[in-house]
Amino acid sequence: MGRILVMVAALSALWLLLSGYFDKPLLLAFGGGSVALATWLAHRARVLDAEGVPGGVIPGIFGYWIWLITEIGKANLIVAREALAVEPKLSPKLFLVPNPPRTAVGKVTFANSITMTPGTVTVDLREDEILVHGLTEDLADVESIRDMGERVARAERGG
Amino acid sequence: MSIDPVMLDLARDTLSWALFLVGGAAVVIGALGIVRFPDFYTRLHGVGVTDTAGAELMIFAMMLQAFSPEYENSWLIFSKLVFIAIFLGFTSPVSTHAVAHAAWMTGFRPMEGPDLRYDGDGK
Repeated sequence: MGRILVMVAALSALWLLLSGYFDKPLLLAFGGGSVALATWLAHRARVLDAEGVPGGVIPGIFGYWIWLITEIGKANLIVAREALAVEPKLSPKLFLVPNPPRTAVGKVTFANSITMTPGTVTVDLREDEILVHGLTEDLADVESIRDMGERVARAERGG
Repeated sequence: MSIDPVMLDLARDTLSWALFLVGGAAVVIGALGIVRFPDFYTRLHGVGVTDTAGAELMIFAMMLQAFSPEYENSWLIFSKLVFIAIFLGFTSPVSTHAVAHAAWMTGFRPMEGPDLRYDGDGK
């Protein structure tokens, strides 16, 4: 039931902000109808679970995003320097990092975070490890990626 | 104390143009990386710069432009740009991973080490 309410609230906010109709009763009613229909279909398709509506990560995820943005900024500078260098000093390598998050949403968030950070790309997801391709020796830093994983695991636990 | 609207406009335009230029530079640098890096997997890292710094900085610049006095519903424009930024943040790493994983699964192995050789048979 909680997940249905979260879904309705999220879809309503999305509809209102995308349409911008706050004072047209007919259109608002259509919007409410479409929100109800979408929620009912999602419920019927049994996708309103911890994976489809990951409400549990909401409190912790925003702080993590802010931290991630600064990390992405730093990594961007390193990769941009290599792309512009007269002789790029690349040292690509493949390495495994542990995947500490427990939920599917947490694992995907971690894998996506690795790919989003320039210089590291998630190549393969294993049971509790991730195969990562790193561009240089500095970027292929297992410790800092492990730290990122710990942060995701903390965020998914709600703080 | 009131802020002079002309000065506010100037500050907004300066900041947003700076973001547009840095974002545009990031797109070009990412493209240069794709051309210059030696193999398939290293080229993917060039895409990372275009996808993150390039796209997101330009969206931040547009968010500032949304508050220009030309527009009446600045907050609606702003919220749409926020949605675009968030959805882009979710989808672009997924597409990069899809490409990398497809290459990995077909048995394509990367160059490794500082001398960029195809010698390892992967893990």
